[in-house]
Amino acid sequence: MSEEVKYILEVNDLHTSFFTENGEVCAVNGISMNLEPGKTLGIVGESGSGKSVTAYSIMQILAETGKITSGEVKYCGEDITKWSEAQMTKFRGSKCSIIFQDPMTSLNPVFTIGSQLEEAILLHTDKDKKQAKERAVEMLTLVGVNEPEKRVKQYPHELSGGMRQRVMIAMALACEPDILIADEPTTALDVTIQAQILELMQDLQKKLGMAIIMVTHDLGVIASMCDEIMVMYGGRVCERGTADDIFYRPAHEYTKGLLRSIPKTDNMDEKLVPIGGTPINLLNMPEGCAFCPRCDAAMKICLKEKPEEYRISDTHLASCWMNIKELYEAQGEGKNE
Amino acid sequence: MNNNNNNEYLLKVDHLKQYFPVKDGFKTLQLKAVDDVSFAIRPGETLGLVGESGCGKTTVGRTLLRLYQPTAGRIEFDGDVLFDSGEQYDESGKMIVDATGKPIRGKKIDVDMLPYRKKMQMVFQDPYSSLNPRMTVEDIIGEPLDVHNLYKTKAERRERILELMEIVGLNAEHAMRYAHEFSGGQRQRIGIARALAVNPKFIVCDEPVSALDVSIQAQVVNMFEELQEKLGVAYLFIAHDLLVVHHISDRIAVMYLGKVMEIADADDLNNNPIHPYTLSLLSAVPIPDPETARNSQRIILEGDVPSPLNMPTGCPFRTRCKYATEQCAAEMPPLKDRGDGHFVACWNK
Repeated sequence: MSEEVKYILEVNDLHTSFFTENGEVCAVNGISMNLEPGKTLGIVGESGSGKSVTAYSIMQILAETGKITSGEVKYCGEDITKWSEAQMTKFRGSKCSIIFQDPMTSLNPVFTIGSQLEEAILLHTDKDKKQAKERAVEMLTLVGVNEPEKRVKQYPHELSGGMRQRVMIAMALACEPDILIADEPTTALDVTIQAQILELMQDLQKKLGMAIIMVTHDLGVIASMCDEIMVMYGGRVCERGTADDIFYRPAHEYTKGLLRSIPKTDNMDEKLVPIGGTPINLLNMPEGCAFCPRCDAAMKICLKEKPEEYRISDTHLASCWMNIKELYEAQGEGKNE
Repeated sequence: MNNNNNNEYLLKVDHLKQYFPVKDGFKTLQLKAVDDVSFAIRPGETLGLVGESGCGKTTVGRTLLRLYQPTAGRIEFDGDVLFDSGEQYDESGKMIVDATGKPIRGKKIDVDMLPYRKKMQMVFQDPYSSLNPRMTVEDIIGEPLDVHNLYKTKAERRERILELMEIVGLNAEHAMRYAHEFSGGQRQRIGIARALAVNPKFIVCDEPVSALDVSIQAQVVNMFEELQEKLGVAYLFIAHDLLVVHHISDRIAVMYLGKVMEIADADDLNNNPIHPYTLSLLSAVPIPDPETARNSQRIILEGDVPSPLNMPTGCPFRTRCKYATEQCAAEMPPLKDRGDGHFVACWNK
């Protein structure tokens, strides 16, 4: 297992369900993905598409009602879903960290910035208190917080939203993790502050070499940050590939629809083409493709059968019957798979 | 008070100020949410209003509708003056004062807004909190009709409600449902139907799509555009998503800390922004295109927006502006026309 692994994180056919009063809700339904060291993977989707739950499943920080029902999450070749809680506690923070959407609520209001940073450092490294204090100041400097010596004594409410998000990033990176999961890290921030934070994350990635999983609904953020992209809908992966694959050669009808529905700088006078209907209810999933009730190109088979993930090129995979149909037509073959 | 530029502008705002008192210990400070803002909106036009949170864009919208009592300024709508605090200004935009430095005041005007609420309406940001959970859709949309006595019989009321629901693409069978039974996009449609109930000429849209998912956003944006074509209603479209604002607006105003920095035609503003703040704001927008993103140079603004309680003197942007000079600290630059209705408030650009 010590041999060189290509992927720092491998997720295979992951299923996560929430057991609610109204029955089992399968929020993540067979996700597979790979993350190379030092690369950025973007997970994009609408609210309720399961992108955050995927991230939480990797960290195993799901709400009480949530459970990984099957599949594996491999960190450096080891399946961490089988790990004990003690092992996971070690893993979180030191190997893999997460930053959350809302920097206002993810810091504890009654402790100073410094003590919260030190807590993370003391928990995951063998540094003593004094070293932890130094490390906290060092981390704040790294993330571009001005006057770090003064800031460590301040409480979260004394900082602006952008500054708080920087503190969150400092905390996440304090133990030099291999993977940073960013769950909508800039959604609560203004555009100019968003630009600062994205720039900072890219800089830190170059300096520290960690891999980033970027969870967001903003296609603009995805386009500027990510090497690889995974598009999710209804708890399933629609399509995954490089940024260029997804933006210039979208193969899934949902990805195409998503790209048509956002305003672009070069065609401001044209009407937007919205995706009809409303996002699906996870309690009431269709039998076939999750997107077929809203898909203009839906065929009979889409209603009945879940499409397999189909490889379009070395880097590009999509789960849409349209592609498989096109392939058959190109080859002039029968129905056998 | 009908004057002759009646046809040209539907709404004209001059030197509008909206200050809020904020208690700080024993002192009471003035929070200058909107500080000397002037603009105009033509009938059937969309003016986009962009800026970062806390810059006063929502306050502008609410003050226009007189949901707040303006501190000073003048609001003219459809040929009538709704509010005038009486200060007089000369052509260069300076307040006319007497020898002792006190402003020379004209007549104060403060009208009863009820009849005007029929002509100007609002769509709110959060479709979850702006609809009463105890009212059915029928009653929500019907409430403006009740307030303004716009029907004679119950049947007439119901007919109008169903017509409005059809206009915004809601299923008439859902009239008896409650707001929680609808999705975010549908709730926003209910809010829009409520605003349209009184046949307004002007709607303030305060971040109407920011709470919605991308695929639903496009539906609602398209509906705003279609309604404008059909009904000729003018919008003040407040949003922080610059791509959406660019798409929907005819003209765009950029605000920073209570002041308007630049107003121009939407394409003009995006293609050749002049004010340094507009420039950095536009470059900060993540463009959903990997090729452009790789090649573009972001202008990263240093620091945060200053607190509006403790505003820098002169131009509020000077603390983050790389062109700032002494003049910027001394005096706020006036909003000047740089040709073709492209107004910019900057000394150096």
